[in-house]
Amino acid sequence: MDLDQIIVHLNEILVSLKGIANAVDLELRFGLVTGMVFGVLLQRAQVIRYDKQLAALRFQDFTILKFMMSAIIVGMVGTYFLYDQGLVKLSIKPTILGGTITGGLLFGVGWALLGYCPGTSLGALGEGRTDAFWGILGAIAGAALYAEMFPYLQDTLLKMHDYGKITLPQLLGVNHWIVIAGVSVVFLLSFMLMEKKGL
Amino acid sequence: MGVSKTREGWNPYLLGGLAGLLSVWSTYYTGKFFGASTSFVRAAAFVEDKVIPERAATLEYLVKNAAKMDWQMMFIIGIFIGALLSATLFGDFKFQAVPDMWKRHFGESAVSRGLVAFLGGAVAMFGARLADGCPSGHGLSGTMQLAASGFVALICFFVAGAIVARMIYGGGQNGS
Repeated sequence: MDLDQIIVHLNEILVSLKGIANAVDLELRFGLVTGMVFGVLLQRAQVIRYDKQLAALRFQDFTILKFMMSAIIVGMVGTYFLYDQGLVKLSIKPTILGGTITGGLLFGVGWALLGYCPGTSLGALGEGRTDAFWGILGAIAGAALYAEMFPYLQDTLLKMHDYGKITLPQLLGVNHWIVIAGVSVVFLLSFMLMEKKGL
Repeated sequence: MGVSKTREGWNPYLLGGLAGLLSVWSTYYTGKFFGASTSFVRAAAFVEDKVIPERAATLEYLVKNAAKMDWQMMFIIGIFIGALLSATLFGDFKFQAVPDMWKRHFGESAVSRGLVAFLGGAVAMFGARLADGCPSGHGLSGTMQLAASGFVALICFFVAGAIVARMIYGGGQNGS
């Protein structure tokens, strides 16, 4: 397929999407477009594949980590640059160790079984990976189960070690740019190590 | 590198960096950070509202995250459309019920793969809601805001994931 054909196709797609998008308001449209671009980036990096996600968890291929850590470096710098100018508001999730650690570990268990994460399961389905469909149904069932158990969890795990909406700079008592520089250096050194090991 | 691979993905550093830029752009224009897992609660609320409305109305968590089209729901629908377009355009689209790595170890049964995928999805989503985020909400959005919870969650995701992946596939570094 040559470039002209691709442009013609994209145009047709855009025109039909425009019809859908006109029906919804601006914020929803932004959500759709942002998701679409993200979906293309994920697909091109091949990170929405079961084989790639499991290969990362088995220390065989760190493509996913490279993708995520690069996004984090650019995201940290961009977000805090805008934050310093007063152009964005942060939305910090609380650190409740009872919930964050237990939930985080449980997520990891499910992730290794499914081989997709919630966002990438939709992308995997878009690539034709039909096992992701069962994962999505499972995820909806898991959300329903969580809703059933929420009153109990709220009084137990979600009360344990609640440190509130805390950031690393607050925790360490230093300027955010020092943390950004530190995290970036650690990530860049990891990249060098990954490349050296051919992972 | 990659002698046995049929087709390489594009540079993950570049694409990841662009994903970071996209996220910053989104925050700047709409104030929205990436996330995905809340939409699955809204989907559960949607189903329960239809099937067991009396029960659903009593569940605080479903009332709080009621079924509705919001930015995040459109975002994950967008991921589906974007991946579909890209896969079609670049010849990657293929119906596949059992991933290659799974097939080499556990055979071709789409039923057993589907059951494990369903179970994995359920456990992962339960965990994501308990942790208040998934690799998008904590792993990307949380860490790029330097939230302590983002880094704690991301480390937990990988530690438990690596342990269970080792249990499923065994420890050999050279195993395919």
